[in-house]
Amino acid sequence: MTQDNRLYGPLDDVAGDAGHVGHPPRMGFFTDTSVCIGCKACEVACKEWNLLPDDGFELLGMSLDNTGSLGASSWRHVAFIEQERPIAGQDPGVIGTPTGPSGTGATATSVAEALHGTPGRGSELGTEPVDLPMPSFELPGEGTGAEGRTDFRWLMASDVCKHCTHAGCLDVCPTGALFRTEFGTVVVQQDICNGCGYCVPACPYGVIDRREDDGRAWKCTLCYDRLKGGLEPACAKACPTDSIQFGPLDQLRERAARRVDQLHEVGVPEARLYGEDPHDGVGGTGAMFLLLDEPEVYGLPPDPVVPTRDLPRMWRFAGAAAGALVVAAIGAFAGRRP
Amino acid sequence: MGSNMAEAHPVGFQWVVEAKSRGAKVIHIDPRFTRTSALADAHVPLRAGSDIAFLGGVINYILSNDLAFRDYVVPYTNASFLLSEDFRDTEDLDGLFSGYDPESATYDPASWRYEGAPATPPTAEGSAEQALGDQHGSGGARLEGVSMHPPSDPTLEHPRCVYQVLKRHYARYTPEMVAEVCGTPRDLFLQVCQAWTSASGRERTAALVYSVGWTQHTVGVQYIRSAAIIQLLLGNMGRPGGGILALRGHASIQGSTDIPTLFNLLPGYIPMPASTGNDTFDDYVESVRGEQQKGFWRNANAYIVSLLKEYWGDNATADNDFCYDYLPRISGDHGTYRTALDMIDGRVFGYFLLGQNPGVGSAHGRLQRLGMANLDWLVVRDLAMIESATFWKDSPEVETGEIRPETCRTEVFFFPAASHVEKEGTFTQTQRMLQWREKAVEPRGDQRSDLWFFFHLGRMLRERLAGSDARRDRPLLDLFWDYEVRDGEPSAEHVLRRISGQDVATGKQLSGYMDLKDDGSTLSGCWIYSGVYADGVNQAARRTSRFEQDLYAHEWGWVWPYNRRILYNRASADPAGRPWSERKAIIWWDEEKKEWTGHDVPDFEKDKPPTYEPPQDAVGVAALRGDDPFIMQADGKGWLFVPNGLLDGPMPTHYEPHESPVRNPLYGQQGNPTRTVYGRSDNPSNPGPPEPNAEVFPYVFTTARLTEHHTAGGMSRWLPYLSELQPEMFVEVSPELARERDLQHLGWATLVSSRSAIEARVIVTDRMKPLRVAGRTVHQVWVPYHWGATGLVTGDSANDLLGVALDPNVLIQESKVATCDVRPGRRPRGEELLAYVEDYRRRAGITVETGTRVTTVGPGASIAHIETAPEGQDDEERS
Repeated sequence: MTQDNRLYGPLDDVAGDAGHVGHPPRMGFFTDTSVCIGCKACEVACKEWNLLPDDGFELLGMSLDNTGSLGASSWRHVAFIEQERPIAGQDPGVIGTPTGPSGTGATATSVAEALHGTPGRGSELGTEPVDLPMPSFELPGEGTGAEGRTDFRWLMASDVCKHCTHAGCLDVCPTGALFRTEFGTVVVQQDICNGCGYCVPACPYGVIDRREDDGRAWKCTLCYDRLKGGLEPACAKACPTDSIQFGPLDQLRERAARRVDQLHEVGVPEARLYGEDPHDGVGGTGAMFLLLDEPEVYGLPPDPVVPTRDLPRMWRFAGAAAGALVVAAIGAFAGRRP
Repeated sequence: MGSNMAEAHPVGFQWVVEAKSRGAKVIHIDPRFTRTSALADAHVPLRAGSDIAFLGGVINYILSNDLAFRDYVVPYTNASFLLSEDFRDTEDLDGLFSGYDPESATYDPASWRYEGAPATPPTAEGSAEQALGDQHGSGGARLEGVSMHPPSDPTLEHPRCVYQVLKRHYARYTPEMVAEVCGTPRDLFLQVCQAWTSASGRERTAALVYSVGWTQHTVGVQYIRSAAIIQLLLGNMGRPGGGILALRGHASIQGSTDIPTLFNLLPGYIPMPASTGNDTFDDYVESVRGEQQKGFWRNANAYIVSLLKEYWGDNATADNDFCYDYLPRISGDHGTYRTALDMIDGRVFGYFLLGQNPGVGSAHGRLQRLGMANLDWLVVRDLAMIESATFWKDSPEVETGEIRPETCRTEVFFFPAASHVEKEGTFTQTQRMLQWREKAVEPRGDQRSDLWFFFHLGRMLRERLAGSDARRDRPLLDLFWDYEVRDGEPSAEHVLRRISGQDVATGKQLSGYMDLKDDGSTLSGCWIYSGVYADGVNQAARRTSRFEQDLYAHEWGWVWPYNRRILYNRASADPAGRPWSERKAIIWWDEEKKEWTGHDVPDFEKDKPPTYEPPQDAVGVAALRGDDPFIMQADGKGWLFVPNGLLDGPMPTHYEPHESPVRNPLYGQQGNPTRTVYGRSDNPSNPGPPEPNAEVFPYVFTTARLTEHHTAGGMSRWLPYLSELQPEMFVEVSPELARERDLQHLGWATLVSSRSAIEARVIVTDRMKPLRVAGRTVHQVWVPYHWGATGLVTGDSANDLLGVALDPNVLIQESKVATCDVRPGRRPRGEELLAYVEDYRRRAGITVETGTRVTTVGPGASIAHIETAPEGQDDEERS
């Protein structure tokens, strides 16, 4: 199976597949967003440990999020999502107060504009954020009176590189700067990267990005250096509520499944896992998440697919086309009269 | 309540998350829906400044439904004690208690006493200017004549027993009234009542967390009193999983009240001597320890003598009253706000700022900066060049022309400080736990520890004065100043050893405050910390893993007093000494060994049996009965009613904030009748009912923090990783207010008060919601207070909007609620800003008397409490 699934599908031993012999178990993250308090300690700890530069002092207005997205200098990103809908078991205290309609639709328009004006978000190579909300021509709160808000919830989630089983960035890297470590993670070697940028559009999550000043591609290393020293990654170490958990991936999968069951039991049916399925478009991820809504709500693609999935088919088409050409050419010659 | 724990204390909040995952119900009661609310089971909104009405409603729910934990309440609280016939409640006097004097805006608490008890003399001379309540510190107030049990009615039926008085006082705090005052929907309020009262009794407890959202009010002390009443009625004090947890605003703020940076306290909550009434050492000691009262404050003479021995060493002898006369005396209010006003008035010449940035972080920033601009010298020790060091060249007053850099007279000395990782010492956290910090890295350049600064400052002052025979120099010259020094750095461990306490003759470390003597044979820098170096071991530096020790982790750090993890834990057992339940057991009486034992260090005399009855004439510790768990209280009981020690009433009563958009729906008395107002032209107040023109400032605003920044920004606005996370000053408004005032998300808004106008970017969010209060819609806005003129990210300061109105007990400013106006667009610049604010003052009819008529009922209702203008003040001088 391993041989068959080198480009797509489940793969039990990613490090072994990359040629590591006698390697440690595959390590990864489980981010339980149901206990994230949005403190951003992960973002700060990541930057501290990895000596990342700041990426601008811009107020984005995306709730309390002023990071905007993952990027060359932001390897952890805490998303804040305000929604006019209930979270199971929580009373947001809105009912009975003299409220009008929600302001979230109208504010999203201004946020999209602010994001466009922010340097360092995305790149020319296709990871620029897309504004999803419909444009609004109303002032927030327009129509106050009859239609009061009745529900509210505030979701927070720390996003990170997924360290895919089939990593698009790694597969397209022409220089070998991106490599699979013995822990099954995916790391850029900065002294080899030549800044070609092929990896940027190859990532189905829009994670890896080039830094404007030096042109090279940067992303989360899952603290490769700390792992080698027997330490957990900086973000997991700093997380006060254990929203970010680090460990061997198979153990994390069990823990994640238990947590989902527990939440279902206490009446949070919307809890679901993201990235844990080896049968998804990237063969499962090394960083999975417990979400309380559809992935799109958190800015995560609902159905990510590694570009190499289509490689065999493309080669078959190409091969067939080449074969047909050969046959045609032979036919042309063969049909010639001496 | 009054706490945004997830954002302001994220590390501690992990345990709330842990408890929730084990089935605890988490309720967040707060004006704002914050990151704490996002993780709570319920967010319960209320109007800022209405918490006592809410808590009073809970008390009423408990009493009218007979839900108190009676087996606990009758023996452990003063519920059964009878009150004097002279006492009159707010029910009788429309919001005032008996003993009020409108001329001085103070109470005489004589009528609040227990039946048969003599009137207790005031602890210090004076007026509302003194922070009397704070002087009582951890011990509670003095109370004479209670060493014997006051008359009581254990059936709680007597009309003058505390229980019945309480019941009448809170009868009008109905769920409907709570909805009217707080804007909290009735059903949601009742949900809270049910949840809270169900976590009560033998098997269950509830914990309450508050922070500066409670303390920073003109009635802040009474907020906390309200919580104390509820937690005592429900039997939640002194028990595991119970208590009232005060989360502090900064690392080691607990430590800075234990060994205080307050003008009116000496270490261990010992009151500072006053200029009158404390003439002799004996007068002073007696004023602290009382005569006929119970408990460990009775031994205060030993604590005071040991403190003086630490200060003046061998020079302190019984013959010279242990150098008592070297202690400074306080003659009135010398609090931080009074000092700022005195700077403006030219009465203060020099000022030290140590890790404090009042130009941004204190209420009425403008007042603070104008004060600092009128000094001879200012010393600033900080990590960065904060606004309070650069106000003379870049403050808003430079923009308006009120401070001219060329002529500003203040000479600023800036000293770079070592950070907490660049020096050793202890932090004391909210559980009263001291934890030792090692020095992780060497400070760079001229960065020095505070210990270094003050040790060498003292050394150099003493060298300058050497040989002087002036009497005024003796206190400095006679100090013990021989701390161990290595490479110029004084030893923090040596300081800790002397705080912990030593036998003077042998140098042996003491094991705790029970070892302290009043004959000069022991020394201790802070009696409650005594034992932190017991057995010659730095107990604060212990770090045994929790997996290798008991449930309460007694070998991690050290908790004052005596490493007790839960204060008053005698209350965790019933009067007979048996745990209320197996589930909630921590200490109990071991009948065989004849001693208290259990999972924690008993907060009780180890060998005093539960059945102990003191002899008739006993006082102090000996007078504590076997079932008096509150051993620091003058009567050994938890106080539902405070017979002495508070300046603003024996029971919490809802008063409107100093600046409020509505009339008090509960009483004719509008605000706290004893609040400190400083009525003067440079400290104007926005009008509030019953004064006219309150509608000029129609919105309620509150100030708060973000996780991403630290207080006034000194530790965050200079760091790129934190600054980029919250790069700009903003104001959060509801969609409804955005519509009312035409505010655009990410656009600009100007907030205006009678003090100043500031600008901020607008964040429109569903997290903010209007409330229906007293029949009208009240909008609330909030602003973070982290920004100032310097640093990587800059912005206007929220504190510039606030005036100075204080809680009379502890002189804390009301910075969690005030009124303002909100307008779209940026504020005017330069002198136009002054004209803009002046126009608001004119429209609101504001005079120096506005807001100072603190009495709104009865004969004194027209008295304005204004300051007479200081002589010789000249506006020109300060620029």
